Amino acid sequence: MQSTLLNISSKYLSVLLFLLSLVTLYRGHNLPGGGFIGGLIAACALLTIALATGWEKIQQTLPIRADQLMIVGLCLAIASGAFGLVVTGEFMQGMWLPKLELPIIGKVMLGTPLLFDIGVYLTVCGFTIQCAEALATSGDSEWTH
Amino acid sequence: MLLISTLLILLLAVPLATVSGRIPKALRSWVLALPALAAFVIILGPLGSQVLSGNQPSVSLEWVPQLDLQLALALNGVGWMLALLVTGIGALIMAYASGYMDKYPHAHRLYAYLYLFMLAMVGLAFADHLLIFFIFWELTSISSYLLIGFNHENESARRNALQALLVTGMGGMALLAGLILLSNVTETWLLSEIYSSGIDVTASGAYPAIFTLIALGAFTKSAQFPFHFWLPNAMSAPTPVSAYLHSATMVKAGIFLLAIMFPILGGTVAWTYTLSIAGSITLLLGGYFGLKQNDLKKILAGTTLSVLGLLTLLLGIGSEKALLAAIVFLIGHALYKATLFMVAGSIDHSTGTRESSILFGLKKAMPWSAAAATLAVASKMGLPPFLGFIGKEYTYKASIYGDDAWIVTSVLILGNAILIALAIKAGFIPFWKKKGDPSQFKTPHEVSWSMRIGPLLLASLSLVFGLAPATLSPLANAAVATMLQQGSNTPLHLWAGLNLPLLLSVITLALGIFLAITNHSIARMLNKITIKSGDQVYQMLLDNVLRFARWQTRLLQSGYLRNYLLIIIITAAVLITFKLWRYPSFELGDNVESFSWPVLLTSIAMFVGIALAAVSKNRLTALLSLSVVGFGVAFIFAAYSAPDLAITQVLVETLTMTLFAWVIYKLPQFRQFSSNRIIAFDAVLSALVGVLVTLLILKSKALQFAPSISETIAAWSYPEAHGSNVVNVILVDFRALDTLGEIIVLTIAAVGVWALVKNTSKATSKTDS
Repeated sequence: MQSTLLNISSKYLSVLLFLLSLVTLYRGHNLPGGGFIGGLIAACALLTIALATGWEKIQQTLPIRADQLMIVGLCLAIASGAFGLVVTGEFMQGMWLPKLELPIIGKVMLGTPLLFDIGVYLTVCGFTIQCAEALATSGDSEWTH
Repeated sequence: MLLISTLLILLLAVPLATVSGRIPKALRSWVLALPALAAFVIILGPLGSQVLSGNQPSVSLEWVPQLDLQLALALNGVGWMLALLVTGIGALIMAYASGYMDKYPHAHRLYAYLYLFMLAMVGLAFADHLLIFFIFWELTSISSYLLIGFNHENESARRNALQALLVTGMGGMALLAGLILLSNVTETWLLSEIYSSGIDVTASGAYPAIFTLIALGAFTKSAQFPFHFWLPNAMSAPTPVSAYLHSATMVKAGIFLLAIMFPILGGTVAWTYTLSIAGSITLLLGGYFGLKQNDLKKILAGTTLSVLGLLTLLLGIGSEKALLAAIVFLIGHALYKATLFMVAGSIDHSTGTRESSILFGLKKAMPWSAAAATLAVASKMGLPPFLGFIGKEYTYKASIYGDDAWIVTSVLILGNAILIALAIKAGFIPFWKKKGDPSQFKTPHEVSWSMRIGPLLLASLSLVFGLAPATLSPLANAAVATMLQQGSNTPLHLWAGLNLPLLLSVITLALGIFLAITNHSIARMLNKITIKSGDQVYQMLLDNVLRFARWQTRLLQSGYLRNYLLIIIITAAVLITFKLWRYPSFELGDNVESFSWPVLLTSIAMFVGIALAAVSKNRLTALLSLSVVGFGVAFIFAAYSAPDLAITQVLVETLTMTLFAWVIYKLPQFRQFSSNRIIAFDAVLSALVGVLVTLLILKSKALQFAPSISETIAAWSYPEAHGSNVVNVILVDFRALDTLGEIIVLTIAAVGVWALVKNTSKATSKTDS
């Protein structure tokens, strides 16, 4: 199943979707979006590549495997909670850095909830890719051989 | 702190024991015995002097304050006695085991389990908090399970281990319930506080339940009728284990429980009769069992049952004399029974058999073991000047001055006579019988020192304590004082003059020797009587439980996805119906959104989608029709201003669609397998569930059990969490722990999907090729 149209468009589409996922992730705290939605969009980006060029391509694009992505995500989420535990003695107590002024983006608020959301983002993305790959590639051998 | 450090020493001994294989053989016995010996010295010396001075050692460390659970330890007289027996005999057993288990593979595991058990028993003796007591109680059951099943390649060992675990574990559950009830009545968890509070639990309405449950715990643990059957089976453990757990210590835990509960629950009619009757039956039943046996260990198991019954009987009588007799008898029994078991093990080790009928004349080859066994037998027979004699005298003294003196005394005479006969059979004949066929067993040889020291020391203690009972008086009196909750100072005597108990002793001795001589014909006679044993009842119950489990597993785990879904959906429907029926009123509330054309049109499109999906014969068409429903829902979310939900819905719908399409591409051609009846049933069920869920949603608007938190959360969102998207703030801050749980579930689900899909495809490709 090779389609030139899909093949070329997926190259640009996936990059755009990926950027969109990052924006959605970051702005989630104040506007619609967040780690869950961002993770799903990122998974869409990867799936577009998979649809167009196959799963081998995904394994090359992603620096780590999908299951490792989930583990990293979980670790980040737990680590974000640990900050509060160490500083205030309460697990998951939100901690914030002072406000930053960056040239283009403007005011930036960094804190443990954002870190937590990144964890959710990675886990959701990893989950979707992992399941999609399992379903999509299962039984392939029967068809190809 | 001494209490804690004693437990710590035993705890540290567990890992030490696991590496004992690396210790040179010459040192191994000593190193293995050392922790137990250290614990014994601490308990005997510093802790003992505190107990005797009446200044009870105690310590309390906070553990789970929310549950009012502290690691509260306190040492009373009975506990002191138990801890001394456990660690003292334990040290000798460890030395013995290292000799006995020398050639076994994995012997180090046995040593580790033994120390685990020792820790549990000492913890039991120290425990002041009832729940801590229960935890150690269960730990003894678990370590006993590991030890009985040590030869796990042997099927009967596995079965017997499981049996002991199930029976004692069941009793443990009853005990837990009893202890909880007890603490409800007394409003404290601490045993010492229950003692000092002076609350009369026997007058409370919960007393029958408390007594029954705690007695169940004690009876299962101490193998009292009708739970006696597991103890003889437990003899499939290696002999050091039988000597230690199933004669000297663990089975005494039930007696210990009864002893510490005596001041709280004792003295009532229910207590006296239950304990006396169960004890008497066990006493005679153990004798009946022992007389039929030829295996040395089985004979000894019978006598252990008898003695446990006798102790229960004495606690049932409950007079000061009876309690003192129970303590003396218990100590005496622990000393001689552990000796006899170890000697039985030595005989097995040296001759390769434990059949009492073929063994003879071992005294020449095994003089040290013979000496130890003979001393122990003398004590067991209750000959003066051994400790066993004192124990028996006190027992008779308690019975003839108690209620129902005739019955109780007759039972005791018969029981003690059988004990004498069995002692001769198990400990005397193999060494002293003159004639026999030496080709029936291996040429005997004396066992190593590590295996001799235990029996010799314990057997000589029987004699020492018998000759100088004053040395034992403080211990016995401290224990009795705990049970009576008042000072006790009854000096122990070896010789109380020519009196009725002495006469009874003589009668018992004569009867016992008669039984020993006529043993063969008695055994033949007893073999003709068949009693439906508790073991068969146990097997029947277990079989039925397993049959039920198989039946319900087949019913619920049919292997058809269809049936699983059906069960889940029907269960949910029933639960929802129940709730709807409980809160019948409906009100839509005043903030119902006004009618809008776009929503109506979307809803119509969704209905059409559902209908198409249901009737379509093409999977891709069905999938696309279903997605109309999904996107329609997203639109409705958006229309009622829930952008986060709408975006998520769109994304999830897109992704599931894509994945579905991928899978559909690989499925075979659609064919209809279901009959029309099943389809009709499914349609009705779906419609019903749909209606129910709709009602539930309407209801959820009308019902408000607690003040709504939406307003507060919305108000807190920015000042507390620096975020103005309330949905996201809830997800990543206010209820972040929930989210963390959810993403963990996601990860687990991914593993499941991967394993399921990948494994089946591998399996099918294998069968294909």
